[in-house]
Amino acid sequence: MKLIIIDYGAGNIKSIQFAFKRLGVDAVLSNTIDEIKAADKVIFPGVGEASSAFKMLQESGLDVVIPTLKQPVLGICLGMQLMCNSSEEGNTKGLGIFDVDVKKFSNTVKVPQMGWNVIKDLKSDLFTGIKENEFMYLVHSFYAESCDEAIATSDYDIEYASALQKDNFYGVQFHPEKSSIAGEQILKNFLELKTNH
Amino acid sequence: MLTKRIIPCLDIKNGRTVKGVNFVNLIDAGDPVVLAKQYAVLGADELVFLDISATLEGRKTMIEMVHQVAEQVNIPFTVGGGISSVENVNELLKWGADKVSINSSAVKRPELINELANKFGSQCVVVAIDAKQIEGEWFVHLAGGTIPTEIKLFDWAQEVEKRGAGEILFTSMDHDGTKAGFANVALAHLSSLVNIPIIASGGAGTMQHFVDTFTIGKADAALAASVFHFGEIPILDLKKELKNNNIPVRI
Repeated sequence: MKLIIIDYGAGNIKSIQFAFKRLGVDAVLSNTIDEIKAADKVIFPGVGEASSAFKMLQESGLDVVIPTLKQPVLGICLGMQLMCNSSEEGNTKGLGIFDVDVKKFSNTVKVPQMGWNVIKDLKSDLFTGIKENEFMYLVHSFYAESCDEAIATSDYDIEYASALQKDNFYGVQFHPEKSSIAGEQILKNFLELKTNH
Repeated sequence: MLTKRIIPCLDIKNGRTVKGVNFVNLIDAGDPVVLAKQYAVLGADELVFLDISATLEGRKTMIEMVHQVAEQVNIPFTVGGGISSVENVNELLKWGADKVSINSSAVKRPELINELANKFGSQCVVVAIDAKQIEGEWFVHLAGGTIPTEIKLFDWAQEVEKRGAGEILFTSMDHDGTKAGFANVALAHLSSLVNIPIIASGGAGTMQHFVDTFTIGKADAALAASVFHFGEIPILDLKKELKNNNIPVRI
């Protein structure tokens, strides 16, 4: 199986690569459009600031390519946020895959949310074997609002979408690569999704 | 609900843990990678590695250690000690560290916080503050608490938040090593002044001290070394005790 991690300059890639290595899969870093299109599975990572990350996607043409991918795609953290319509972080538009906007947590809570929180209302094959209220590690100041495409929700400040799915596109706000055994199970589930392309 | 974090801290010198760690059934308690894996299994929420190597060779070994920890451990970890430039941080993050902690270098050149937050994002910038109370007022100290400054703790905490720190690791030099409890009054005041997470450090001796730092001290996380390393407080027992006191924890 060919697993690609999109390398467009937005950090945190090594940890994801290592996590798949622990599962016995070599993930390849790539920013080549043909290679990404030909992969069986694609990881869309991201750590950092949304508007500058989106600019990097535009410069490489990936903003056009990613929404057309047919194989399973997993956005992680900022990757997931960039798959939404827009983000309040730097007031940028997103890829528009998920029909939801990304907002900032209010000042009634500590920002960023940093640490382990539970995911609930699970409804996707991505969460096979994961129990309701399982703990995941999160670090984020912005969140996707609760919406129809939510496949998991979490509570911090308000209830928000901590995972999203539309067709072959999956997004998780938490870091499965840093979320102990349960996080590894989610990555494993992603690897086992059917590839249609 | 976001849970309170329990963070063991390992001191590293030339790629080995120092001060010793006393786990049962460990073949090599000096190997930080072995220990990190053990702590992940035991329920630690995060780990901090503090590099106390004084030599360039020791620093290079630290990068290798970061690489190995990132490869083998499935929980987040922070690296601190001797970090003074964007290049230092770039290298540590490149090899898989999740966050870095800066201390004296931030006091000497506060712009470093802005530079790191802009380049890598606030989420990976922890500013460690060592402070001591002098005639009723808290002052920031440098070099492991040995050099006093005229900077006031609460002013500095607000400044680091403004400059883009994602988290504050506050160590009370008055409490560190005493095993008599955390500096909860100062911690609670810090929490009321800034809106980023605060890690309490210095003074852990009993499970009640952790309960107190989360309730009275309003801390978001608590860091300790020897009580965990020598098995005085097993992490799972601690978390159960916290849960019994209605403090949200990951078990």
